Amino acid sequence: MAVRTLTINEKLVSAPEGATILQAARENGIDIPTLCQLDGLSTVGACRLCLVEVGPSGRLQAACVTQVAEEMVVRTETPKLREYRKMIIELLLTERNHVCAVCVANHHCELQDLAVKLGVDHVRFEYLHPHLAVDVSHELFGIDHNRCVLCTRCVRICDEIEGVHTWDVSGRGTNARIISDLNQPWGESPTCTSCGKCVQACPTGAIFRQGSTVAEMEKDRQRLRFLLTAREKREWLV
Amino acid sequence: MDLHELNDIAADQRAAQKPCVIRCCMAAGCQSAGSVAVLKALQQAVTEAGKQNTVEVRSVGCLRLCCQGPLVQTDPDQRMFQKVRPEQAPSLVSTLDGRTTDAEPCDPNAPFFALQANVVLVNSGRIDPEQIEHYIAADGYAALARALTEMTPQDVVEAVTRSGLRGRGGAGYPTGVKWSLVARSKGDRKYVVCNADEGDPGAFMNRSVLESDPHSVLEGMAIAGYAVGASQGYIYIRGEYPLATQRLQTAIRQAGRLRLLGTHILNTAFDFRIDIRIGAGAFVCGEETALMASIMGERGTPRPRPPYPAESGLWGCPTLINNVETFANIPQIIRRGPEWFASIGTPKSTGTKVFALTGKVRNTGLVEVPLGTPLRVLVEDIGGGSPSGKIKAVQTGGPSGGCVPAHLLDTPVDYESLAAVGSIMGSGGLIVMDEANNMVDVARFFMGFCMDESCGKCIPCRAGTVQLHRLLTRILDRKATRRDLAVLEQLCGMVKETSLCGLGQTAPNPVLSTLRHFRHEYEALLRDE
Ligand SMILES: Cc1cc2nc3c(=O)[nH]c(=O)nc-3n(C[C@H](O)[C@H](O)[C@H](O)COP(=O)(O)O)c2cc1C
Ligand code: SF4
Ligand code: SF4
Ligand code: FES
Repeated sequence: MAVRTLTINEKLVSAPEGATILQAARENGIDIPTLCQLDGLSTVGACRLCLVEVGPSGRLQAACVTQVAEEMVVRTETPKLREYRKMIIELLLTERNHVCAVCVANHHCELQDLAVKLGVDHVRFEYLHPHLAVDVSHELFGIDHNRCVLCTRCVRICDEIEGVHTWDVSGRGTNARIISDLNQPWGESPTCTSCGKCVQACPTGAIFRQGSTVAEMEKDRQRLRFLLTAREKREWLV
Repeated sequence: MDLHELNDIAADQRAAQKPCVIRCCMAAGCQSAGSVAVLKALQQAVTEAGKQNTVEVRSVGCLRLCCQGPLVQTDPDQRMFQKVRPEQAPSLVSTLDGRTTDAEPCDPNAPFFALQANVVLVNSGRIDPEQIEHYIAADGYAALARALTEMTPQDVVEAVTRSGLRGRGGAGYPTGVKWSLVARSKGDRKYVVCNADEGDPGAFMNRSVLESDPHSVLEGMAIAGYAVGASQGYIYIRGEYPLATQRLQTAIRQAGRLRLLGTHILNTAFDFRIDIRIGAGAFVCGEETALMASIMGERGTPRPRPPYPAESGLWGCPTLINNVETFANIPQIIRRGPEWFASIGTPKSTGTKVFALTGKVRNTGLVEVPLGTPLRVLVEDIGGGSPSGKIKAVQTGGPSGGCVPAHLLDTPVDYESLAAVGSIMGSGGLIVMDEANNMVDVARFFMGFCMDESCGKCIPCRAGTVQLHRLLTRILDRKATRRDLAVLEQLCGMVKETSLCGLGQTAPNPVLSTLRHFRHEYEALLRDE
């Protein structure tokens, strides 16, 4: 396979043709923040946290969907990117009701981790405090729309890995909501196999196992890694 | 159908032409002003006067001065009447015998008409859009015939390239370059898509073209299909355009019957089918990747590019997507030659552009001018200026565009000049504003539109437009401080640079352009910290 050589943060790196900037960076120990991207799922380029500056003009491009090119020059940490990433997290924190202190995912939440890592110590926008539902009609799991960041990882894992497509998105803009089947209670879903993959894929406390209380909802991403290895390499080990 | 038969239809139609024609506008604007009753009354008046053999009452497309509808035009004496009422029909018909009428005259030599160009709208208001013979008699489908019988697909692409035509959907991408990309893309199946989702507030250019001259768009698409190697076309039209949709359906049926669409078009090996897909009321479905997702039956949300549609569009196949007006220009470029087209307009912005002139201006309606025409000519001469006397700004480009202040009205309307003053050409919406318009309020209006129309896929646009709208509301409520204004500017920059698609990337433009030219209006509303 052809190899492409590029520069990421002044460092010369190589990556196979067709690889994304994100893959090339990770291969070389360079960390780029991500939220909607999850190994093994299709990429959607939706959260915009992985934006990097490309080329002399410094155009912003999403690392998770942009393929490497010969002599590409990439910067992953600039004052502008840091500022924009912070703003993205602030926008998420104000959009719904992320009350970590009473959240099942406290300490095990990718949104919280990102906020800490990116240095979000205050929020400059108005909190929107929307009224949102919690659906606990499923016998094992629940979905709390107050914590959803609309990354669609649940939608994609259910469709692409479990092959069911119970989840999808309804509505648009800030009124967009994750729905099960034809917008019916999760417990009444005729398609859900109760496999729990969405529970593991969800980055926040939005989809949780019932019976977990504050800070108890640990996600087992290893299980997704196991599935991925099994699919790609036909090896049934973690 | 072959070339001779096509010529026969044109000749028959011309021969059957009655000496007098009374044209009554039946586009959506005049219909809403009551032109259906006027048309009926005119037909009845002609019958009652016993003139059926010499006078044709024709239902036509847009006669352009929409604000004065219903509009009626008579030939051969070239008179026009406005705000016509059904009871005026008998006296109006009697003017053909030199008698007088109490119908309100409208001067066809007034600047509104005299300063306009006639390329895209050449048949608009002239032919009956529901009669393919009318279009054929006006040299319709001659360009397709020429392309299929005298030109190779490469020749067609070459001609479009030489014409200098740029996409009329907003971004102004060179059409010839796009066509050659699709033509060169490898694939057994390719598609041609016409973007008729026109959703900018106040815009009705594409609707008027489809209602007035649907065959020009079909012919343009068929020529495109031949040039790029596609045999299937789709027209994606917004659900709010029932009349345009119905006329397109009629036109497709008629063209199919005459074998100007379908298989073995004009007795050649070229096959091309066109189907209509109707949108369900989402502005974002005008964005090309969202539009294609919608055609494929998926949720209409944009996806990152590359890959561009030219490489991977509908069902992963190379797809050519152009705007209605872009396609409507094609037949004439082929028929009259790329050099003729390139001689209109400016060297970098060739041809004409259709605008929907609205707002605080005397003459609102459909306007076509050569590119490079100063904005001042458009709003002061053609538009007749503002009734209140003083124009404050002109908004171009809709929710993605900006406001050009009065002191820059001499800016020529072309892609580069509008960008230089912080606005864009856009698809052709032109809204005139006077002193009564507060520019912060204008900016908030467009931000509210983008907020409602954001698809919600990416965070900066979904949540950023909500916060921008809140900040603008705070300013208008006189609750904002200098710090809020700084946050507004920061967030504008962020949403512009980080959003996934054009909707989010351009949503801050109305704010940025009003901040650039009317900053004092923002500052006057701030309170002390
Ligand atoms: C939010 C959004 C809405 C759009 N709406 C339209 C539209 O209604 N009609 C249109 O022709 N292009 C629209 N476009 C531009 C299309 O994506 C595309 O560039 C265009 O159809 C290409 O045609 P052209 O090259 O002939 O201009 C829109 C773009 C965006 C980002
Ligand atoms: S429920 Fe969880 S995984 Fe699904 S979109 Fe919301 S945050 Fe993402
Ligand atoms: S910019 Fe707005 S409309 Fe475009 S993908 Fe993002 S949320 Fe959707
Ligand atoms: S990780 Fe790339 S956009 Fe979300």
